[in-house]
Amino acid sequence: MKPLFLACFAAALTCAAVAQAQVRIHDPWVRGTVPSQKATGAFMTIQAEQDVRLMSAASPVAGVTEVHEMVMDGDVMRMREVPGGVPIAKGASLQLKPGGYHIMLMSLKQPLAAGQTVPITLTFQGAGNKTFTQKVEAPVRALGAEAAAGHGAGAAHKH
Amino acid sequence: MRRTLSSSRRALILRGAALAACTAALSACDRVGGPSAQGFRGIDITGAEFGRGFALPDHTGSLRRLPDFGGQVVLLYFGFVQCPDVCPTALARAAEVKRMLGPDGRRLQVIFVTVDPERDTPQILAEYMAAFDPAFIALVPSAQQLAQVAADFRIYYRKVPTGSSYTMDHSSQSYLFDPQGRLRVMLRHAQSAEDYAHDVRLLLRSA
Repeated sequence: MKPLFLACFAAALTCAAVAQAQVRIHDPWVRGTVPSQKATGAFMTIQAEQDVRLMSAASPVAGVTEVHEMVMDGDVMRMREVPGGVPIAKGASLQLKPGGYHIMLMSLKQPLAAGQTVPITLTFQGAGNKTFTQKVEAPVRALGAEAAAGHGAGAAHKH
Repeated sequence: MRRTLSSSRRALILRGAALAACTAALSACDRVGGPSAQGFRGIDITGAEFGRGFALPDHTGSLRRLPDFGGQVVLLYFGFVQCPDVCPTALARAAEVKRMLGPDGRRLQVIFVTVDPERDTPQILAEYMAAFDPAFIALVPSAQQLAQVAADFRIYYRKVPTGSSYTMDHSSQSYLFDPQGRLRVMLRHAQSAEDYAHDVRLLLRSA
């Protein structure tokens, strides 16, 4: 009886784990920094399998990690922490990219050089307001090597 | 006698003012609506009454003035190092523009003015510029100099607290000076490296 109970318990855990695969992360990357620089951004695409809300992020390389939105107000760039998280509808993708949302890594504990990988843990709110986390390994891209992605950042990409 | 003198002087002043108004109107024609007569992809601001120059220390401590860059096109951009998005995108684009110009790239001087002199020390700025192009120059104004140069170039900047730190809201346009040191073009952040290179080429060709 006992082994059966354990097996059920394990199966339930596995089911829970499967149920938690509510998001898929594509193309994560972090912008590299120079030695004295204390802040940078992380970018990726988050594809939601369920209705979820990106609540927060954390990384061992940064003292403070926040979810930010960059908006252009005329020619003025404004950047803000997103209050209450960012909702992503089931089947939709949230792009964290230059010119929009990003994960702001602040109070960096070390410079981030191209080729390194930065672990980031995203916290989401899913079905029934339950929170779950998703780990991401984001490779660092060289600071000066990102001209192409900057093309048309801003109004041109709004839909 | 005095009255005649003053009235003729007044006429002279009036004529001068009329001439200035005509010139302004002519250059305004370039600006208002549609592409400029010069064919710039940015906004033609030839004859602008603002942004006549600067005199600020660079990241090595040397005083830099606009006439130091005679014969070159100067691309002027305001930003800050702890900026995750628009500033590195703008500087990477500027480096790309320089590459696109080929041998003429040497005739483009990119100048970055920090709007966060509190955190952007000359050392950080030296490292930061080198990450994009070792020839890029950063200007490091004092808080007071920043207020002046920003007002002079119609640049908005504001410190915004975020958690235990702060970020900067700031204008993101780039300015181009021609090789004679005249302010000519304003380009928006959303424009491409091709647009920037196009306008730089026009200014170099007209020199």
